Amino acid sequence: MRVIIMGCGRVGAELATQLDHDGHDVTILDTNAYQFTRFLPESFGGRKIVGNGIDQDTLRKAGIEQADAFIASTAGDNRNAMASQIAQHIFGVPRVVCRIYDPIREEMYRKLGLRTTSPTRVGAFLLREALEKDEPKAAGSDAPPPA
Amino acid sequence: MYIVIIGGGKVGFYLAKELVEANHEVLIIERNATKVAEIEEVLGEIAVRGDGCEAAMQDRAGVRRADLLLAVTGEDEDNLVACQVARHVFNVSRIVARINNPKNELIFRKLGIESTVSATSAIMSHIEQELPIHRMISLLTLRRGFEVVEVRIPSESAIVGQPLRDVLLPHQSLIWGIVDAEGNPKAPTAETVLHAGDEVVAVTLQESEEALRTALSAPPPDRSF
Repeated sequence: MRVIIMGCGRVGAELATQLDHDGHDVTILDTNAYQFTRFLPESFGGRKIVGNGIDQDTLRKAGIEQADAFIASTAGDNRNAMASQIAQHIFGVPRVVCRIYDPIREEMYRKLGLRTTSPTRVGAFLLREALEKDEPKAAGSDAPPPA
Repeated sequence: MYIVIIGGGKVGFYLAKELVEANHEVLIIERNATKVAEIEEVLGEIAVRGDGCEAAMQDRAGVRRADLLLAVTGEDEDNLVACQVARHVFNVSRIVARINNPKNELIFRKLGIESTVSATSAIMSHIEQELPIHRMISLLTLRRGFEVVEVRIPSESAIVGQPLRDVLLPHQSLIWGIVDAEGNPKAPTAETVLHAGDEVVAVTLQESEEALRTALSAPPPDRSF
């Protein structure tokens, strides 16, 4: 699968590394080249492109016209929403996934036909689940539960 | 009219000022508290601090009853999202977005935001009007006051269809080569016929540049009198 990932933060870089490891053709975009050295392992075999994913010329350079999937994972909800809409509606990329922190904005874009995911909702859910499952322990004990 | 402006930078501020003077009810949503304070200092309490891309903020600002929403932050993506929230959540019918990248005009339209204003496009069209249409490009400066220049032959030029021997060039000017519209280079001879779209590379004296440009690109004199 030819995948373009926009945003080389912790999440974008981790996903790019996993997909590259699994043998996919990965291109990762970021406006800041330092992010590539900061978060990608030396073994990363995909393409790294410096540029803004809301710029259609940059997206073309990243091979969006042949891409099977596009993932927007920058820290900016608006950038993610705009780039994903360009990927989906202008370039017709078959699979587009967009990260949106703001749950209200996420819901709106889901209704508009984007495949969205909100780390805010998911994160809060996981934390709450962990909290509710957790038995009260002796003070100061944060050791992992016995296997 | 009730007009909501997203973004209280220079554009938002002066728009608000003009609109207030024209007796409209105006509200600016601006993320930066310092800017909000600066706006209120001059225009009174017409600014509110917040993220204009958030539906909750737009709701509090009464976007639902807005007659017009202007998204004029400096970021195209913020303007797009602010407009989409206003359109899809609050059904605002009249929306205008400011864009920086002229190529985003088409993208905004395809994503449902028909009305965009691009300062970049406006300035570009002025530049294109100001520049001579059949410009001459200076390629190289030689010694003794000579210049190597390139001129594209416009379709209305008087010399289109003429062999070179009939083309009157200014003093000390010489045609070196021609690249035709298909991209084939040609060595000029007296019999070479010039066509529209040919790119002519010539040597000329600096003071004869304008005369050479006229000789190659001016339309035939009007003989209709």
